[in-house]
Amino acid sequence: MSEPLLTLEGVHTHIAQYHILQGVNLDVPKGGVTMLLGRNGAGKTTTLRTIMGLWQASQGKITFDGQDITRLSTPDISRLGISIVPENMGIFSGLTVEENMRLAVLSGKIADDRLDWIFSAFPPLRTFWKYPAGNLSGGQKQMLSVARAVAEERRLYLIDEPSKGLAPAIVSSLAKAIKDLKRDGATVLLVEQNFSFAKALGDTVSVMDDGHIVHSGSMAELAQDQNLQTRFMGLSMETA
Amino acid sequence: MLSLISHDTPRSKILTVILLAIGIGLLFAPFLFPGSRSMETAARIAVFIVLVASYDLMLGYGGIVSFAHTMFFGFGAYGIAIASDTLGRGFSSLAIGAIAGILVSAVAAVLIGLISLRVRAIFFAMITLAIASAFAVLVSQLSTITGGEDGINYQIPRELTPAFKLMSAKIFDVSVNGKLLNYYLLFFCSAGLFLIMLRIVNSPFGSVLKAIRENDFRAEAIGYRVVIYRTAVTSISAAIAAAAGALYAIWLRYVGPGTALSTEIMVDILLMVVIGGMGTMWGAVVGATVFVLAQNYLQPLMQVAVDATKPLPLIPQLLDPDRWLLWLGLLFILSVYFFPTGIVGRLRKNG
Repeated sequence: MSEPLLTLEGVHTHIAQYHILQGVNLDVPKGGVTMLLGRNGAGKTTTLRTIMGLWQASQGKITFDGQDITRLSTPDISRLGISIVPENMGIFSGLTVEENMRLAVLSGKIADDRLDWIFSAFPPLRTFWKYPAGNLSGGQKQMLSVARAVAEERRLYLIDEPSKGLAPAIVSSLAKAIKDLKRDGATVLLVEQNFSFAKALGDTVSVMDDGHIVHSGSMAELAQDQNLQTRFMGLSMETA
Repeated sequence: MLSLISHDTPRSKILTVILLAIGIGLLFAPFLFPGSRSMETAARIAVFIVLVASYDLMLGYGGIVSFAHTMFFGFGAYGIAIASDTLGRGFSSLAIGAIAGILVSAVAAVLIGLISLRVRAIFFAMITLAIASAFAVLVSQLSTITGGEDGINYQIPRELTPAFKLMSAKIFDVSVNGKLLNYYLLFFCSAGLFLIMLRIVNSPFGSVLKAIRENDFRAEAIGYRVVIYRTAVTSISAAIAAAAGALYAIWLRYVGPGTALSTEIMVDILLMVVIGGMGTMWGAVVGATVFVLAQNYLQPLMQVAVDATKPLPLIPQLLDPDRWLLWLGLLFILSVYFFPTGIVGRLRKNG
């Protein structure tokens, strides 16, 4: 296994009076897709938001490529080369698809080959390029959310449940886009509830429960071991 | 031509006609509507278009609620007044006063922004209200510099006063004098400032502002430092408000708390933004025009209505010109009820 690009050591996060992350230890190897699995409320989204600085870790250390980013502000973390696709998509409804995309590239100019790849992965974005993003369907909004995160090459992509509530055809196109990223050597930390989606994409896996990492290993190992799946994830995982 | 400056075109035929009518009306106001009262009204409309648009830059695009906008307007106006009063009449005094007012305004906005834009919107609004009130008290108390409650009367260059005749002949029965030059100085500067704002809101900077207004956490996650952007737009908006104040001070040749700092002006700005439509520069044009026209002509119109309805019971009393503020208030309530997105928002929806 390659050296970790991102490391969380004993990370705790409190949100108001709630103690959500209770000492998370997680390694995300450089290159490849790390799946973060677990039941609802296990702390997966909080982990992504804490890495991004959207919620501050109250204790512990987060290291990205050797640099301590625990106390950095969100824009500074983003500028180090980390992008996030949030669970609620977080698109700017009042702006056009084009404006949403351009905003995601701090230089304001999306490379032509990158844009071609995005249009081939998500054709509706080309069709609705000049339209307000608020007019897109739910699946198209998710495409835009993912496309925005990958609009320029980043060193780490944090993606939160991209397949949630989407039609199978759209899930397939999202999976293909993430496979393309993986093929190009990108590092992805992907939160997912859909086990089939996770199996198809993941290289390594960490399973969360009650604010802790309870299992880490290879995705292939977890995919083959029914006992491990039942033990760590119960019956709440969608296997379809 | 407009698309070179901005992609935010009117997007409604009726709105385009209204905007053209306002633009042409203001451009030829001295010839189309001769008389000092109509010229005063046209100048006030032009200044308030800039002032309201600069406020909308902050509120409608940046999502920032501030009650200190008249203070920035006042910085520009008092800059002209104090410079002309102390340095004597002359274009250099006007330039020094305007530049000083704009710079003080921009720097003050940066300081206020950096200190208070990290707090929640309502607290920022309260902080700006407190600072503006403190500034108004300060202006009132520093009477040796500001003229206190009486304000300052000062002289502007002779070339901008009615006493200066550019030519002896009249054009369309209008004297070509310094007052006309003063009007066109105000008009073209206002138009220039408005076009600059139109460009700003349609630049990448404007897109970031709109993104921050919609979801500031998301904008931060993309890598934009929200406080920096909010502070920048507050500063730009304050500088433009100060420029509007300077133009108005050159036009009026008098500055006092009532013309440049009062709470009434702040309320008027808010009403103009809401009536015209928030988050669109065109809204400032329509809102300021409708509001200033109502302010200036509602009373005479009501007198006409009173004369016409004299034989009827009650109605002449209700339409008494002294009750014009009541009717202005009712007009505002009706416009908010029927045009919740402002006149421009409504026209665009229909268009």
